[in-house]
Amino acid sequence: MSYGPQPWQQTAWDWRAAGNFIGGGAGSGLIMFTALAGADGAAAAALLLAGLALIGLGLACVWAELGRPLRALHVFFNPRTSWMTREAIAATVLFPAGAAAALLAYTGVSGIAWLPAVLAFAFIYCQSRMVQAARGIPAWREPCVVALLLATSLAEGAGLFWLAQPWHRQGSTPLALVFGALLLVRIVVWYAYRARLDGHAAPRALAALDRAGRVLLLGGTVVPLALLAVALVGGSAAAAAWAGLAAAPAGAFVKFTLITRAGFNQGFALQRLPVRGQAPRATP
Amino acid sequence: MTRWAMVVDLRRCVGCQTCTAACKVTNATPPGVQWRRVLDMEFGEYPNVRRAFVPVGCQHCDDPPCAQVCPTTATKKRADGIVTMDYDLCIGCAYCAVSCPYQARYRTLRATFAYGEPIESEARTLDEDRLAVATKCTFCVDTIDAGLARGLTPGVDPAATPACVNACIAKAMAFGDLDDPASNVSTLLAENESFRMHEELGTGPGMYYLWDRHTP
Repeated sequence: MSYGPQPWQQTAWDWRAAGNFIGGGAGSGLIMFTALAGADGAAAAALLLAGLALIGLGLACVWAELGRPLRALHVFFNPRTSWMTREAIAATVLFPAGAAAALLAYTGVSGIAWLPAVLAFAFIYCQSRMVQAARGIPAWREPCVVALLLATSLAEGAGLFWLAQPWHRQGSTPLALVFGALLLVRIVVWYAYRARLDGHAAPRALAALDRAGRVLLLGGTVVPLALLAVALVGGSAAAAAWAGLAAAPAGAFVKFTLITRAGFNQGFALQRLPVRGQAPRATP
Repeated sequence: MTRWAMVVDLRRCVGCQTCTAACKVTNATPPGVQWRRVLDMEFGEYPNVRRAFVPVGCQHCDDPPCAQVCPTTATKKRADGIVTMDYDLCIGCAYCAVSCPYQARYRTLRATFAYGEPIESEARTLDEDRLAVATKCTFCVDTIDAGLARGLTPGVDPAATPACVNACIAKAMAFGDLDDPASNVSTLLAENESFRMHEELGTGPGMYYLWDRHTP
């Protein structure tokens, strides 16, 4: 076949689009985990600002991918049906709310991180639905991708939180257990997502995802869980930080792969072949 | 109501690409951009090999994923079924391109020409508004609207009919109103077996492919 049903990797979205999902996911997760940790003071302020910075970095990446970046404000025009518009609206509310929460936390107000955490969840939910709404890509339109992106976002954010633990000292044993649980949830959701793609996505897309899955299992789950166990048993803050360092990039790699390596379309398909002359009816 | 649609008879298409050329000339698309292209597809293993030529492009869906995801409303669906593009609104995010199951969307970031430097016709037809934004087949909507304004019938009168349909040497392509039971496309669909591509996705494509005569 010269040019037909074999799917090919989409080229419209590259590493810059992946950067939006990586930065946005990790940043949102960090803000949510900071709220869950009940962090306060300068540490909470710094963590919230770091989360916002990551989200901002992701949005800057996707802005750089726009064909007409000076028209970027047009992105707000379709809240009725577009998850990209909704993502932009969530980000617009999240940034001032997050900055205000960071300022208040710095001045001693506690428990203020919940508002940006809720908005961060809204932001990452919109991002996840954005991927699912891309009906041209089988690996993206699978409904389970929403749960996968939410789970990776939370796990990456928790990883970044624990990476910074030696500095902020806001961690605790229950939080470490939550981190471990998030890693387990992420890998379970990953396998559920991967199982549902069988027979739907292109073989090369599945091969790319399987490579990412191995990284997620080993580097993003087994290693950080082992380090977390060492941290819990031995009381080593460094081990917990290393666990965080392992967990976050593995999730980022999965997203990078999902966008830039597993974004195969479904090509073209004929339900029936044309019947010419007296030939019997044929199916492809 | 009116629902403009296209019918392609796969038994008639010979893969001559005249529709592709007509589209390119009419819409002045740059190299590599084919709003109407013809796939040359082979099926089976030697010696049982079948071949089909399949014109594809924007399917002007009933529920177009591109319009749903578009954050700017640059992509719109008209009441008559035609999916349009507003180049002045588009930000070139390419979300529509990854959402279209028919790979009908293009984004050309900078002006490109067949021979490097623009030849006279390319220089004359270059449209800066179409750079770095999404583009696609419009069913030659301007031609249709102009024809309707003159009382012509799209699909019947060439002056109101998409360029690809006019150009087809084998009468493999037809254009008309699906909601009119007496239209050419309604008649073709009534007399023949047909399918729509990737119909399982629920997009409701506005392009129908005929593959055999109807057997009651």
